[in-house]
Amino acid sequence: MLAGTGPRREAALARLHERLLRIARREAARRGPRLAISGPELDDVAHQAAADALLAITAKISQFRGESRFITWAYKFVIFEVSAKIGRHFWRHPVVPLGPEEWDRLPARFGFDPAHEAEWRDLLAAMRRAVDTELTPRQREVFVAIVLNDVPLDTLVLSLASSRNAIYKMLFDARRKLRAALAAYGYLPDDSSRRS
Amino acid sequence: MNGWPALDRFLRTDPRDVGCAEAMQMLHVYAELAAAGEAVSQRYPGIAAHLQACGPCGEDFEGLLAALRSDAQ
Repeated sequence: MLAGTGPRREAALARLHERLLRIARREAARRGPRLAISGPELDDVAHQAAADALLAITAKISQFRGESRFITWAYKFVIFEVSAKIGRHFWRHPVVPLGPEEWDRLPARFGFDPAHEAEWRDLLAAMRRAVDTELTPRQREVFVAIVLNDVPLDTLVLSLASSRNAIYKMLFDARRKLRAALAAYGYLPDDSSRRS
Repeated sequence: MNGWPALDRFLRTDPRDVGCAEAMQMLHVYAELAAAGEAVSQRYPGIAAHLQACGPCGEDFEGLLAALRSDAQ
């Protein structure tokens, strides 16, 4: 019906928009407690997400292959739109400004007990060395932003004009390299033999 | 020796991880099966590995699952 024309198509679009808006509102509210946005601003995110999702669905309807119910496929678009709009919001209003490397945050992030600093001080120094020597400049930039400075991945995607897939892959490769280095230094178990 | 389990978990990568693009391409199929109670992580281990490691994609999956469950109520 959505692929057709005339009043029946308009009615189908209106019904779909209504469902998308309901899901967008739920999703914005679900993410709300962890965000610094609420009330009309959150509702605005939901309205924009539903409208943009409807546009994306009608543009891509020929790509729907029936692997799931149509409504599940359609809901995916509105979830992505809510996610993207919230990422954009944080890009414009950063909670944590991009700044110098915050190595001091690392012990708390990974649950290192301050009472046992003598035990993890060397590990931290080894990790810092590995970040400097093992990672490419781009991997280092991504690692520092996400892990040390707590920048949300989707926000970094926007500030580097990249894609979620590319940033994730960079972080994935950085994690793999750092783990291998820390295992080689004897700080983490070497399980390369277990996987081969 | 492993006195730093949180750091080890974070740095450990799963070679089956399919990445964001493939996981997002299949998210509607994966979520619908998950909502129906299927053993979806066994059927799509690469997507399961990715959703566990990638915060934003995991969040999108949780959102889609919540949407499907709200429809079922």
